[in-house]
Amino acid sequence: MASDRVVGIDLGTTNSLVAFMHEESPVVIPGEDGSNLVPSVVALDERGQILVGNAARKYLIETPDRSIYSIKRLMGRGVEDIQEELKLFPFRLADDLQPGEVLRIKLGDKTFTPPEISALILRQLKRNAERFFNAPVTQAVITVPAYFNDAQRQATKDAGRIAGLDVLRLVNEPTAASLAYGLDKKQNGIIAVYDLGGGTFDISILKLHDGIFEVIATNGDTHLGGDDIDNLLIRIALDDIRGDLGLDLARNGEAVATIRKAVIEAKIALSSQASTKLDIELPGGKRYQREITREQFESLIRPVIDRTVGPSKQALKDAGLKPEQIDEVVLVGGSTRIPKVRALVEELFHRKPHTDLNPDEVVALGAAVQAKILAGGSHATENMLLLDVTPLSLGIEVAGGVTDKIILRNSTIPASATQYYTTQVDGQANVAIHVLQGERELAKDCRSLARFDLKGVPPMPAGMPRIEVKFLIDANGILHVSAREQRSGKEAEIEVQPSYGLTDEQVESMILDSFDYAEDDLRQRQLIEARNETQTILSALEKGRKSPAWGKLTSNEKKQIAKLENALNQVTTEDDYTAIRKAIDALNQGTMRLAELMMDGAVSTALKGKTMDEADEGEAPAAGHPVAKADFK
Amino acid sequence: MAESLKSAVPVEAANGTGCWSCGDMRAAQFCCACGKVQPPRPVDYFAFFELPRKLHVDVAQLEQDFYELSRRLHPDLAARADQREQDWSLEQSSLLNDAYRTLKDPIRRTHYLLQLEGIQLEEQSKAATEKARAAGEIKKQVVPPDLLEEVFELNMQLEELRQMKKAGEDDPALIEEVGRQKLELEEKNEALLDELKKYWAEWDKLVGSGSAEERKKTLDQMVDALNRRNYIRNLVRDVNEVLDL
Repeated sequence: MASDRVVGIDLGTTNSLVAFMHEESPVVIPGEDGSNLVPSVVALDERGQILVGNAARKYLIETPDRSIYSIKRLMGRGVEDIQEELKLFPFRLADDLQPGEVLRIKLGDKTFTPPEISALILRQLKRNAERFFNAPVTQAVITVPAYFNDAQRQATKDAGRIAGLDVLRLVNEPTAASLAYGLDKKQNGIIAVYDLGGGTFDISILKLHDGIFEVIATNGDTHLGGDDIDNLLIRIALDDIRGDLGLDLARNGEAVATIRKAVIEAKIALSSQASTKLDIELPGGKRYQREITREQFESLIRPVIDRTVGPSKQALKDAGLKPEQIDEVVLVGGSTRIPKVRALVEELFHRKPHTDLNPDEVVALGAAVQAKILAGGSHATENMLLLDVTPLSLGIEVAGGVTDKIILRNSTIPASATQYYTTQVDGQANVAIHVLQGERELAKDCRSLARFDLKGVPPMPAGMPRIEVKFLIDANGILHVSAREQRSGKEAEIEVQPSYGLTDEQVESMILDSFDYAEDDLRQRQLIEARNETQTILSALEKGRKSPAWGKLTSNEKKQIAKLENALNQVTTEDDYTAIRKAIDALNQGTMRLAELMMDGAVSTALKGKTMDEADEGEAPAAGHPVAKADFK
Repeated sequence: MAESLKSAVPVEAANGTGCWSCGDMRAAQFCCACGKVQPPRPVDYFAFFELPRKLHVDVAQLEQDFYELSRRLHPDLAARADQREQDWSLEQSSLLNDAYRTLKDPIRRTHYLLQLEGIQLEEQSKAATEKARAAGEIKKQVVPPDLLEEVFELNMQLEELRQMKKAGEDDPALIEEVGRQKLELEEKNEALLDELKKYWAEWDKLVGSGSAEERKKTLDQMVDALNRRNYIRNLVRDVNEVLDL
């Protein structure tokens, strides 16, 4: 069933995963290399081929200019937002980037927008799932950080479309994790999900009530995670190397990538060891060696992990809860493996966190649960319903550059607000509206989402028109706007200029080539499958000819079968799988009586009182055609 | 919930033509017979929950009803339906969430009732604020008489603290004093909520029976209490700003 094949995808900063609901529990679909995690790395090899995941990873060090990691940090962002990122990450912006244009990043001699890079990762996950199911996968639930804003969510949805996926829902990562947790526990109560991943931090507080997962408050930082710890360690190593060895490697991409790999290994080692050694071979044959104790590491990262305290406290405050009122704290994200992070969580919530879940996989597993719910549910997901919230307040710029908040943060979504506008000049035909997202008082301090131009307001004296504008945040956390002039009842035309993000046309043009690929892939596979089936039916027919039943056919029937057989043999050599299918069906029909005769004769006793279906039970011979069925006995 | 929905059919449903899918006449937000989500009809938030326009609301029951309706209306359940049903589900569940958010909170609920009764309390103050901002003035607020003296004093102190902050100075004693006043203000706010609840009781008694004058008087009292509360809340916000809380 195609509807059962909605997959759940965790599109992570560092790693991405695809999962699905296998019977009553979610499982991760491994890649061809057997690994559950697909590193979120994209590289361009010497022949111009795109590589994704583990295959791309070696290029991070060998040819850093032909590889990209942590692209999630750039999703839905403008140039002015990423100045810090550019200092810390080896992203190289396209030289011909125009102001206001969506970012484009250089990969070798090509440039890609962040949604396109993400789409390449998604396409890899899609392929992994298709290989696993041996069938096309076109629908998915994709997770996003809870604190992602509208533009970041839209960019993620665009990435899905570019990859040829119909994104049924964007689910917040901590909420997805709570679904996987709740599926297991089936307990009512208040839980907090502390999610510190590679590049983002989320804290969500949920009320679990008879299968309803109601988010009460969420907060976070979309630029805080393991990456920041790595960058801190890299900077220290670079400083050391400059001081001790007199080498300035900050601009040496290869050396920085080598150092990055070493410090990540050290970071991971320090979660289980009291100390570790950095030993890095540098260009020019020199070595950088240094011992790091866990104590040193912990005091180094303190400023980074302390940044999770503010959002956590704010979420508690917004939920109107004291730490003691939280029944369980669930840890998500690879960075929560760091003992110091666990200690901090314990300090914040006055209890030991729940660490039974695999922090790398739980988000994808939860996404698979949500995928199942959207596909119609099963026994395991019965009664399960997610009620999520919008993480940021939605506002409109009013006179004086002030933000007028119309939907407050932590409102359950879908949520809506209606505003009324009028004109200031006689006959004014357009009204401009500036939509913002954020908590600050002044418009300039909030995130600009879009500028809408209400056009075609009927000519009336100033102040007469009454334009009703409805703002609706859907279950994905994405804003929709519609407008109507009430006195004339005329639907106003809205021209949307997203402040950040691709236009529909741009996304459309990006889809096309990957869509072609997808079509091509699918066609190839269906051709192979059809040819396999041809083999099965022809060999079954061969056996039928040798059976006593063959003698009972009229010569006309035999002639007809031979004709159909020839026709099938003919089309199988061609590339049109639909023609092959038709020929198979025709031969199937033509051999119906042969199959019946074979049943009557050789296997009549065994099949007595059974329908064809029952007779076929257990071991499915190639597709359901009678000849093969008869042969099965 | 299902019971109450069957027994109390909103007027809007009765005026409609029944369920679009199966024709059952008991359809409100969803059809009682076939469960299909119905196209949204313009109803106020009280009517959405089939509640009278009274201000005392059983919040625990409201929550139950909210969960029940969520299980019927949420877009997740319509993910496989056609586009039209998906749109209705999106609209109905946003209406449900908006209504629940408004009614569960006592202050928002009161504001909403006043708005339904034709008193555009929030819009008025918002419009006034915008006008003042556009003119580059600070909006004049009518200080509740019983607060006059305290507020005058507190505003002086806040101004002093702002100046000191600019100059990089510090006055722990003054900060403590302002903090103490803030606590008092918060207590006053609590008391105002109790006062408001008294008016609720009056209003609820008048629903369906009281004269227009009586109703108007109670509504005015509520507006007054809300204005005072709003004033105090802004003051507390100013204190928090100065104290960096």
